[in-house]
Amino acid sequence: MRGFDPRNYTGFLTVTLVCLFILYAPLIVVAVYSFNDSVSITRFTGVSLRWYADVFTGLEAAKFRAAAANSFSIAIMAAMAATAIATAAAVGMVRGGNFRGKPASFALISMPIMVPEIVTAVATLIFFSTIGFALGYLSILVAHIVFCIPFAYLPIAARLQGIEASFEEAAQDLYANRWRAFRYVLAPIMAPGIFSGFLLAFIISLDDFIITNFVKGAGVETLPTAIFGAVKQGIKPNIMALSTLLLLFSILIVTLSYLIGRSGNEKYQN
Amino acid sequence: MAAGIGGRTVSSAFAPIRLWLLLPSWVVIGFFLLIPVLLILVYSFLTKEFRGGVIWDFTLAAYDQFLFDRGLFGDDPPTIQWTYITIFVRSILQAAVATVLCLLIGFPTAWYIATRAARMRSIWLFLVTVPYWVNLLIRTVSMKFLIRENGPLNEFLLALGIIDSPLEIINTDIAVQLGLFYSYLPFMVLPIYAAVERYNFALSEAGADLYAGRWTIMREIVLPVVKPGIIAGCILVFVPSLGAFLAPDLLGGAKNFMIGSLIEEQFKGQAGNWPFGAASSMILLSMVLVVLFFYARGQAREQV
Amino acid sequence: MVTETKPPAVGIRSACKDYGSFTALRSVSFDISDNEFFTLLGPSGCGKTTLLRMIAGFEGITDGAIFLYGEEIENLPPDRRPVNTVFQNYSLFPHMDVAENVGFGLRMLGWTKGDIAARVKQMIALVKLEDFAHRRPAQLSGGQQQRVALARAMAPRPKVLLLDEPLSALDLKLRQNMREELKALQQETGITFIFVTHDQEEALSMSDRIAVMSAGEVQQIGSPEEIYEFPVNRFVADFIGDTNMLEAEVQQVGEGFVTCQIGDAQLTAVASQAVTQGQKGWLSIRPERLTIASDGLPATVEQTIYLGTDTQILARIEGGLNLRVRAQNDGARLAQGDCIFLNVADGAARFLVE
Repeated sequence: MRGFDPRNYTGFLTVTLVCLFILYAPLIVVAVYSFNDSVSITRFTGVSLRWYADVFTGLEAAKFRAAAANSFSIAIMAAMAATAIATAAAVGMVRGGNFRGKPASFALISMPIMVPEIVTAVATLIFFSTIGFALGYLSILVAHIVFCIPFAYLPIAARLQGIEASFEEAAQDLYANRWRAFRYVLAPIMAPGIFSGFLLAFIISLDDFIITNFVKGAGVETLPTAIFGAVKQGIKPNIMALSTLLLLFSILIVTLSYLIGRSGNEKYQN
Repeated sequence: MAAGIGGRTVSSAFAPIRLWLLLPSWVVIGFFLLIPVLLILVYSFLTKEFRGGVIWDFTLAAYDQFLFDRGLFGDDPPTIQWTYITIFVRSILQAAVATVLCLLIGFPTAWYIATRAARMRSIWLFLVTVPYWVNLLIRTVSMKFLIRENGPLNEFLLALGIIDSPLEIINTDIAVQLGLFYSYLPFMVLPIYAAVERYNFALSEAGADLYAGRWTIMREIVLPVVKPGIIAGCILVFVPSLGAFLAPDLLGGAKNFMIGSLIEEQFKGQAGNWPFGAASSMILLSMVLVVLFFYARGQAREQV
Repeated sequence: MVTETKPPAVGIRSACKDYGSFTALRSVSFDISDNEFFTLLGPSGCGKTTLLRMIAGFEGITDGAIFLYGEEIENLPPDRRPVNTVFQNYSLFPHMDVAENVGFGLRMLGWTKGDIAARVKQMIALVKLEDFAHRRPAQLSGGQQQRVALARAMAPRPKVLLLDEPLSALDLKLRQNMREELKALQQETGITFIFVTHDQEEALSMSDRIAVMSAGEVQQIGSPEEIYEFPVNRFVADFIGDTNMLEAEVQQVGEGFVTCQIGDAQLTAVASQAVTQGQKGWLSIRPERLTIASDGLPATVEQTIYLGTDTQILARIEGGLNLRVRAQNDGARLAQGDCIFLNVADGAARFLVE
């Protein structure tokens, strides 16, 4: 007789496979069609890299290049600023003892996640327009910093919560002042959390469409707004190639984050 | 840890400089999000300026427009304006259905992954996490590509002879639903996974020992214990679905508006009615706050 | 001989600690002498860890004062107090190797590289980890981690070393070895040790003096012998070692002793404090101070439990009271129902008040 295993439920594996199929099928289809040799997106006529070449050298290459430059520069700056702000906030929240208004502080920090993105977009647009802040590169950057803070905060705070307070107590006991206890002990142990926070913020900024679309102003495009604009006229093969490149980039980042998270955990636990 | 006090004491090594650590996040979010959200409320009571912007005259016109139809020149007797109410009701239904579908697929998936051996578990988890990191716009565009009239899905089904003429999925409510479900499915899996991973399987064994069958154990023991994860997953799917813009815009076409597309159109599209967009945003935000309020209250109750 | 009054290593003056409505310490005062191995002993929640953390500077003080060699320190932050701590879970920095861990305090104190290297080498030799200097904590066994924690805390030559249940994470054999090593280390270095534990055996085997704590108060301070042989109250007698605790009433008050009624018998006991006739209290008799003899209190054997070197006998005396007797195994076996006589050693019975 087989033993009773409370973990096994018939059919759950099937559902899991269906789930993964649903998640991946559209992405794989687009990736496959991006290698299509044909100008038509309907018929698959042969394998070719012509649409990838088109992304870099075709008619719209300059537009894509400018959009990519905006996207990546904004994402790096927004993620760095958000990570710095979020790290300070996490230390204050997790290591700052109990204080009145802690729930309110948490609500404020997580507000950008709680409020529907479209509402954040409306709020930011109205605010910039009221104070007369010109819409453009800078307004996108500011909006992205705000929006990315909770995404950076959550992994950093989670990591910090898993680190016993006795580490910084030990550092202070050994004559490290508060800054040195953070610099030499807490920060290195938190590093994987800070890094995941940075990567998540980076990806969130890179991916954002709705807020960017509201606050970008005329003439400034990021990759998502450029793609959206192009798709409005129908899905063209070069867009599929560009999408596939972005898809690969996302997979690269998530793999990186996964590997770093794992090595960080192993170092800390054993 | 100081002995004798229930649970862990809160670490306070950085308490003296707490204010300085928290101030940057408070200032940035307070100034660039909290105040702007309050500003939306103000805008919703202002008078619209054609082609965007507002005139600083207070009026209830935006809310009036939402609820009542006063004819082309605004002097007919008011009748209930169903257009916008319908959009809101459709949004709520779409978000609810997406939540239920995500739960039906997401729970068994999360369960299956969480019950694998450590090495396999991290691989499965990785596979589920990847789409979460992929650009939502690209995912929605991919879905549009897949299900459009001459798209690979229809070709595949035609080739197999399952259907005779292409399914008309694109630009229907079903397409929007598919897009929402597909967009937010990972949001359901991850919190449930976290809850199941913490679940103590000795409880299930105790249940079996006390004559409960497999599905009775699931219903009577597992579900109540992992409920917080399920609720968190449902909120993470429902809230963004409610205000979704990309799925209805790209997959639903002009006829299947949801709140998100309605708001977008007031600011970016032809309508150009900022006060009306602000009012719609406030209504959406209120609905989300109600959901979050009940969630927070439920959590507070759990902890007692 | 002219004795200059040297201030105690640590002076605790009316130290109080409240956490909201919970009182962790209620007005604790005592002194710890220079070079002493001093133990804070008590059940969890008695306030011993709170007191240690207050000396280290991790917990603020609600009221009272703490002196270190005459200098008031309770308002100094931990990094300005010349005391070091061995943490319960060691808290070795996971991203530093053994040498870096041991040298950390010296680096923070601004020692030169050469001085740090020399001192680290010396400390690592002291705890016999020469071959492990460049390992990370994760690559060490529990016992080795324990030694690193000791070396790290002793490297900056603290005036007082604080040890927070440092042996509790080790297995039994290692724990017993470490006791001897800790004691030897303390005598070798001459550093004042303040050791927190809930394990009475640890406390008895290592300490010069023990403070038994309960409910935020010090119940008794004394040498291990004093604590064990002459407990001042019921809590101490009950918490340290095994004892027969019998409800009793004072029948007669004599010169340094009292007579109590136990069952049908009269027993003479030493009183822990001044008592009056008719006062109610407790009689504590250690099981090993009861012997099976040819005469004395008549009793019947109810149960015997074989314990290896000893046998514990549950004996029912007349009047229906049960007493535990601890007898060395000498080959003779008792069976249930056997009639025996119990002899109470002189001074073994102590009359205690609550």
